[in-house]
Amino acid sequence: MKLLTHNLLSSHVRGVGPRGFPLRLQATEVRVIPVEFNPDFVARMIPKVEWAALLEAADHLRLVEVPKEPIQGYEQDETFLRKMHHVLLEVEVVEGTLQCPESGRVFPITRGIPNMLLNEEETET
Amino acid sequence: MALPGSLNRYLLLMAQEHLEFRLPEIQSLLSLFGGQFTNNQGTYGKSPFWILTIPSEDIARNLMKRTVCAKSIFELWGHGKSSEELYNSLRNYPVEKMVPFLHSDSTYKIQIHTFNKTLTQEEKVKRIDALEFLPFEGKVNLKKPQHIFSVLEDYGLDPNCIPENPHNIYFGRWIADGQRELIESYSVKKRHYIGNTSMDAGLSFIMANHGKVKKNDIVFDPFVGTGGLLIASAHFGAYVYGTDIDYNTVHGLGKASRKNQKWRGPDENIRANLRQYGLEKYYLDVLVSDASKPSWKKGTYFDAIITDPPYGIRESTRRTGSQKEIQKGIEKCPESHVPVSLNYHLSDMFFDLLNFAAETLTLGGRLVYWLPIYTPEYTEEMVPWHPCLKLISNCEQKLSSHTARRLITMEKVKKFENQDQYSHLLSDQFLPYQGHNSFREKYFSGITKRTAKEEKSSQE
Repeated sequence: MKLLTHNLLSSHVRGVGPRGFPLRLQATEVRVIPVEFNPDFVARMIPKVEWAALLEAADHLRLVEVPKEPIQGYEQDETFLRKMHHVLLEVEVVEGTLQCPESGRVFPITRGIPNMLLNEEETET
Repeated sequence: MALPGSLNRYLLLMAQEHLEFRLPEIQSLLSLFGGQFTNNQGTYGKSPFWILTIPSEDIARNLMKRTVCAKSIFELWGHGKSSEELYNSLRNYPVEKMVPFLHSDSTYKIQIHTFNKTLTQEEKVKRIDALEFLPFEGKVNLKKPQHIFSVLEDYGLDPNCIPENPHNIYFGRWIADGQRELIESYSVKKRHYIGNTSMDAGLSFIMANHGKVKKNDIVFDPFVGTGGLLIASAHFGAYVYGTDIDYNTVHGLGKASRKNQKWRGPDENIRANLRQYGLEKYYLDVLVSDASKPSWKKGTYFDAIITDPPYGIRESTRRTGSQKEIQKGIEKCPESHVPVSLNYHLSDMFFDLLNFAAETLTLGGRLVYWLPIYTPEYTEEMVPWHPCLKLISNCEQKLSSHTARRLITMEKVKKFENQDQYSHLLSDQFLPYQGHNSFREKYFSGITKRTAKEEKSSQE
């Protein structure tokens, strides 16, 4: 699971609503795989990123060199975009968990794939 | 007949399959590239010859880089219902527009294409000779000409009734071919990872085109299966997400769908499929998730949602349910999986899908999905409706004598506000579709009736 994805996921346990974001990320196995750098795509993603959630997740994975916020003129700043490209797209959690911050419910990540399934009782109506 | 002074008219030579899907594909692509589809010949119907006006050759070339429905495009210099009309039409075409391609330094060749008839070599040469009145000054080069001109003769669509003379003749400068070769190169037959319901490659590209997928888009498939629809979008430069309720399919585990193969190998999963075509960089993630209970945060970040939801025939329609609702005989998945059960009523599923699309699509983004229908009961009113989504096209593909599926394309035209505001309006709209909740029974009822009839008649 990439950190871009983590930034888009929220717990849908019943009653939790917006307090289900962001999911608390823990990893027991992480890998870095190179992905071709596409500055236009990265630039498009910057406005969609919830920065606090990203920093928290990056911190749990002990990543360094994570920009603290979008900088002025980021669309043209290759250094900034390359750092964001690495953080959002090249770091993958292979084994780990995502935890709902409100209910504590844990969603496992296995072979890089999160399992978000819940029972009927746990979900929103 | 070409009007004097008419500009930028092109002739599209269309492939004769998926007839209903062709016009929406061309319209969607033209709007993607800044053109607008202007109808130049009344109705297109079953004909493979489409005349249309396109603002520039660039747009025409961009169109051909995407379409799998069109074989070729020509800059139309003249046409008519007879050779005489064609020649008159050519004489009316502005010479200054011809000259750049005919001057003495260039090389060219002329091809004759006939549809629904075969000509002898002699007959073809006669037709080429008849065009001598055109101001060709360049040299003929049959192997690698700079410019290719084509005469296209239309002898109708009925192979049992071939006319003496063509209904229409067209003359144009060949510009580009479409992407029909993708159908072969992405064929499901050669794909590493397939499932029981993997989409035919041609249709998956048509879906991506109906969805106006473009470079750097994010495309999502909530019923991703083995990822076939993601492949088409990734090929066009979009980054892709998929979810599916079936743990094994998402992980690439369990029984194989190929004949003679028992279990899935390590190269069989969605990511590997993208890797097979050099598209792994567009893979974002896949998740095990129930489409009726999505885990995405609030916001609009999908540029297109392109999907083939289960119809309940070859794959079951499911959603997660509580312990007490589990019926006996339903599989229980180990450890981190969750017991699944409950028939997911088709009408509920489309309600959920449209709502989800209205919430998470960017404005202008498209939802493209298949809607299974029971033909004897189908009416247009049954197509699911949502106040934020505008219906763009509705194309039928027959499945059996009494069932079909329709490819529905919708575009988000309005920001999503409060869901409750819409739900009571929507429930009335979906009542007509309720009859399809027993789609599986209806699909099979025709077969059992037919076999009963056959048995009866063989006994008589």
